[in-house]
Amino acid sequence: MLKQTPLNAVHRAAGARMVDFGGWDMPVNYGSQIDEHHAVRTDAGMFDVSHMRAVDLTGNGVRDFLRYALANNVDKLQAPGKALYSCLLRPDGGVLDDLIVYFLREDLFRIVVNAGTTDKDIAWFRTLLAQHAPQVQLAPRDDLAIIAVQGPHARTKFWQALPGTEAATAGLRPFFAADVATAFIARTGYTGEDGFEIMVPATRAEATWHALHAGGVLPCGLGARDTLRLEAGMNLYGQDMDESVSPLASGLAWTVDLASPRDFVGKDALLAHPPTQALMGLVLLDAGGVLRAHQKLHTAHGDGEITSGTFSPTLGKSIALARVPAGIAAGDVVRVSVRHKQLASRVVKPPFVRHGKVLVE
Amino acid sequence: MNVPADRKYAESHEWARARPDGTVDVGITDHAQAALGDLVFIELPAVGRKLAAGQASAVVESVKAASDVYAPLAGDVVAVNDEVVSAPEKVNEHAYEAWLFRVKPADPDALSKLLDAAAYEKLIG
Repeated sequence: MLKQTPLNAVHRAAGARMVDFGGWDMPVNYGSQIDEHHAVRTDAGMFDVSHMRAVDLTGNGVRDFLRYALANNVDKLQAPGKALYSCLLRPDGGVLDDLIVYFLREDLFRIVVNAGTTDKDIAWFRTLLAQHAPQVQLAPRDDLAIIAVQGPHARTKFWQALPGTEAATAGLRPFFAADVATAFIARTGYTGEDGFEIMVPATRAEATWHALHAGGVLPCGLGARDTLRLEAGMNLYGQDMDESVSPLASGLAWTVDLASPRDFVGKDALLAHPPTQALMGLVLLDAGGVLRAHQKLHTAHGDGEITSGTFSPTLGKSIALARVPAGIAAGDVVRVSVRHKQLASRVVKPPFVRHGKVLVE
Repeated sequence: MNVPADRKYAESHEWARARPDGTVDVGITDHAQAALGDLVFIELPAVGRKLAAGQASAVVESVKAASDVYAPLAGDVVAVNDEVVSAPEKVNEHAYEAWLFRVKPADPDALSKLLDAAAYEKLIG
């Protein structure tokens, strides 16, 4: 039995094509995935991401605990509402999950984790809490629905559709959130566009969705979410990194704080094993197919593998993220095995697209 | 879903329509294009290639995935539709007009062994 978000009936009534996404019955598109993609790049679209799980950590010493549990340093979070992207690592340096942590008060931090990893993340947090901070309470917020509203017109349409939200969120800078009594609203997302992610009680999910839809925000499925995040150069857990790889070989070195004297789970392993691979972007130069996950690539420095690949609606070309041998640099041309052919691709530094603008050649 | 009665169908979601000269046009069904989503790349067999029935003969790729197109009957490829190569979205828009390749059947009776519209409609439920 697949799990359902509070918006499942709304998606089905809208005629969405539903798929099993990590055990959840989720909309992949409502019509044309490419149209949904362009709506987010040029106007405003929304995604039901209620399968992702908010987890609240409360009590004394939450910051000390997270300083040890997360690979990024929560001491970067000093202003209330500030958000931070971080990996959750195993002691051997493998990536258990990637997550966003919001600092609300010294005794309240909110974490948002991936759907497919929720159970193992919570189990891991409970293990660490028992050892290091038994006084901290952990509460999975299954009672919340999450809607991501994204695009250059997302905020304006959001304020018009949901009266009363503008005053509390007009001043929110990117990667900040506001807890506005009736909703938790964050200026974050997974598309490379401006916008909000709003958490509301599940009972208000349908009303919120319908208000946004009536306000001109296009419902978009997980298909468009994937092409948007890939253009934005954002990793997908389970595909671009997982427990078997280091964040340093996954394009995530910028999220791992190895500079401070702070100890954290996985730090020793990362220091002991410098990466021999890197995650880079590819743009397909030849005609003849579409870059896809698991295709092999061949370079002067050895072989590599595509971790995520698709057709980019914004570029009109196929793009990918690929794990490549150390020594491969932006501008290099590599060969990718696509069925019976070897196609030339140029190595680029992600992102491919930000705020509607193409950033690569 | 739209399943025209003027042609035959394979269980692997191709349609085959006889032309007056005895050659057969092959395309993918509306059901297939809807399942694949927006098509962005199509690769067609070389003209002159000999196809066996059920052989992977063309590739259609959507934003989501690549999918083989199987020859519904054996024969020689006598023509391909270059229009869909330059504009794959035509298959999404008009799956039953946008043929992919044209075959001269090895067995003139092969078409009759495929599913008719009613049987295909039943298959896709």
